[in-house]
Amino acid sequence: MAEAVDRQSEQGAPGRALLPVVAAAGLVKRFGLLTANDRIDLRVDPGEIHALLGENGAGKSTLVKMLYGLLQPDSGTIQWRGEPVVIDGPAAARRLGIGMVFQHFSLFDSLTVAENVALALDGGESRAALARRLAKVSADYGLALEPDRYVHTLSVGERQRIEIVRCLLQDPRLLILDEPTAVLTPQEADQLFRTLGRLAREGRAILYITHRLDEVRRFCHRATILRHGKVVGVCDPRHETPATLARMMIGADVGSVHDRRADVAAGPVRLAVRDLTSAREDRHGVALRGVSFDVRGGEILAIAGVAGNGQAELFAHISGERASDRNDMVAISGLDAGDKGIGERRKLGAAFVPEERLGHAAAPRLSLSDNAILTGHGISRLMSGWRIDRAAALAVVDAVTQGFDVRKGRRDPEAASLSGGNLQKFVVGREILRDPALLVVSQPTWGVDAGAAAIIRQALVDLARRGSAVLMISQDLDEIFQIADRIAVIHDGRISACHPIAEMSSERLGLLMGGAEQVDAGAR
Amino acid sequence: MLRIVLERRAEPSLVMSILSPLLAVCLTLAASAVLFLALGKDPLKAMHAYFVAPLIDPWSLQELIVKATPLVMIGVGLSFCYLSNNWNIGAEGQYVMGGIFGGWAALLFHQSGSPLGVPAVMAMGAAGGMLLALVPAVLKVRLGTNEILTSLMLVYIAELLLDYLVRGPWRDPRALNFPQSVTFDVGIPILVEGSRIHVGAALAVVAAIGGFLVLRGTLKGFEVRVLGQAPRAAAFAGFSPARTTLLVFALSGALAGLAGALEVVGTMNQLRPTISPGYGFAAIIVAFLGRLNPIGVIVAGLLLALSYLGGENAQIMMKIPLNATRVLQGLLLFFVLACDLLILYRIRIRPWSRAGQG
Repeated sequence: MAEAVDRQSEQGAPGRALLPVVAAAGLVKRFGLLTANDRIDLRVDPGEIHALLGENGAGKSTLVKMLYGLLQPDSGTIQWRGEPVVIDGPAAARRLGIGMVFQHFSLFDSLTVAENVALALDGGESRAALARRLAKVSADYGLALEPDRYVHTLSVGERQRIEIVRCLLQDPRLLILDEPTAVLTPQEADQLFRTLGRLAREGRAILYITHRLDEVRRFCHRATILRHGKVVGVCDPRHETPATLARMMIGADVGSVHDRRADVAAGPVRLAVRDLTSAREDRHGVALRGVSFDVRGGEILAIAGVAGNGQAELFAHISGERASDRNDMVAISGLDAGDKGIGERRKLGAAFVPEERLGHAAAPRLSLSDNAILTGHGISRLMSGWRIDRAAALAVVDAVTQGFDVRKGRRDPEAASLSGGNLQKFVVGREILRDPALLVVSQPTWGVDAGAAAIIRQALVDLARRGSAVLMISQDLDEIFQIADRIAVIHDGRISACHPIAEMSSERLGLLMGGAEQVDAGAR
Repeated sequence: MLRIVLERRAEPSLVMSILSPLLAVCLTLAASAVLFLALGKDPLKAMHAYFVAPLIDPWSLQELIVKATPLVMIGVGLSFCYLSNNWNIGAEGQYVMGGIFGGWAALLFHQSGSPLGVPAVMAMGAAGGMLLALVPAVLKVRLGTNEILTSLMLVYIAELLLDYLVRGPWRDPRALNFPQSVTFDVGIPILVEGSRIHVGAALAVVAAIGGFLVLRGTLKGFEVRVLGQAPRAAAFAGFSPARTTLLVFALSGALAGLAGALEVVGTMNQLRPTISPGYGFAAIIVAFLGRLNPIGVIVAGLLLALSYLGGENAQIMMKIPLNATRVLQGLLLFFVLACDLLILYRIRIRPWSRAGQG
């Protein structure tokens, strides 16, 4: 932390004659109670590949959205090549010379490469002229593209190339890429970095969002590190080790939040995952590779990891929303359940809280009592024969409301009308009140205000203390250090060994999450 | 400058969910007045012929129920389909297939005097409609085909099969070469003495009330609603979309088939090349106008039946082409769907500003 601050002041010192392409000062962006960006300073120079490094939720996306005009800062200034500017929309950003490649592409599958490119540009250019420019740009930057191919036949890497070429045709001075390598194979990523290097040598600036430490060290000239919406450091990543970067990204003080509790006698194994292996479900999916772990009664096991490393797949296999190849890959309360549906797994004593509140954990347009029936119809006393017992369902709503302080306008409103935090309290409370032997919860406090988060975390701890097993898939390291007993890290569909939380340093955790286990060994 | 924006309501408006069908009916009346004007007819007289005249004549009131019977029966089944996001557009074909199977049963029991004739007609009719409806359902579940296309295309298959049967093997040899079957003698019980209102009217009401209770009070009904609203949440609840698809198609096919069989054997008393004035398609409007609520479907069925009667009336009295009725029904569906927007959104008129754009 201290080193980082030093470097920051170094950076601010005079001596750089170059006029920055973009310089932001004191940018603040609030969403309700959450301050997503808190007095952010950022400076990107011509010819540099600048990494914006941080955990999920650190505020990286918010910052670049302000630079691209998708969000307006609440306060602070943006200077474009020395001139103060107001970027009031993506069109304005493009006029200035800012191009952005999003994580999720906006391409029409049923159109060709050339047609997709033409759609993004202002008209007036003939197809033939555009095709020539397209061919030239692809050739110049090593971005091989066949203009007549249909997009649906292309790989993710190729699709990304279309997006990049689309930006380059507008001759940007600043190119922003939001986690470009998250979806790429290592070979595609290498290709991308060669292209980015060429662009930088031409004097263009690249602002590059990531949390992959090794990439940052290999390819970036400078890194601005964000944590909890603040800049915590600016450095030259080539002079850093993955360990120092990880420490800045995660914060060395995280471990101290952890309140060590008395050792709990290990209960019986409630969930056993054995060599869980699965193929990728689609292009954006992750293959699970030999995932194994146990969760015992009385403990909270946290699975940390950067989003999109197999968490969704793992949850689906444990909940039964996806069937496993072998019956014994998932055992609940000692019984093999790999071929059982989610209803049967609930009958074995399991309860599940998926990451997405609306549409997955709850049906948005149904009332809360209907949503109580959603997961309770098989196990609790919500049915009387064929008929749904409405009174019992309402009683569940009342009990959850009381126990978890769910704030709502009416007794039984639609799920969608609740705020995120209150709905999250409801979907967590709905499961916990059933006293499950095993609770599997994904991102329990994602996007939830601090008060609701505290209630939910306390409820998880209490449930574990009562002897239930809790598996918590989370990206929130503060949360993990606060309530988990043991921790494992998932990366690229593989899972690390489980460590007692007290033995895990934030530094090592950051390395595991970045998939840099070997680098770690070398650095020590 | 002013601009009109749609603003999402925090909660769906209860008032609007009741008002929206009424508003749709009013807008349809207004639009049809324009239509009648364009046809060179006096709109007031046309309205009277359409919507008032049938209601002041006792015979017409009976006919209203006769025509509402198939509409309600089919509409109830379609409500289940549409609630669960299964777009069965082929109820017309299922109705025709029910007519074919029911007519087949009537032929088998012809001049037998057996008491089994009536249940056989109803069972065969329901089975025929169900079988045809299960084709798009199985294709959707197994192969992921679009049920809108497959169910619609099967309508023409059913209609051509009927055409072939009444012109070929089932033609009454004594019918002077008219394409029609013998006059059935399996008597479908009549509810009101001296009218054409048969037991189907009671069955339609039973189906609607039963459907209402299933949707409201049972887990199956709950499953149907969740699957339509939030498929992922339904899977999370442990509900199987495939099973529900098969079930709702089977149910709606059976109800359409039953309606067809009763119409053919109970009302028309014989098979002819055309046995439906488009009941299966009009029932789509019935289902939506009734807010996919089986009780609402009864009301909507009566309204659509009125449009059929009024159409015939207007044709006789004012020479308004019968196709104008189809246009009217289409307008009604259009306005119903459009007005439903007001349940979830409110319309606001705002001064034009850049800031409001995001």
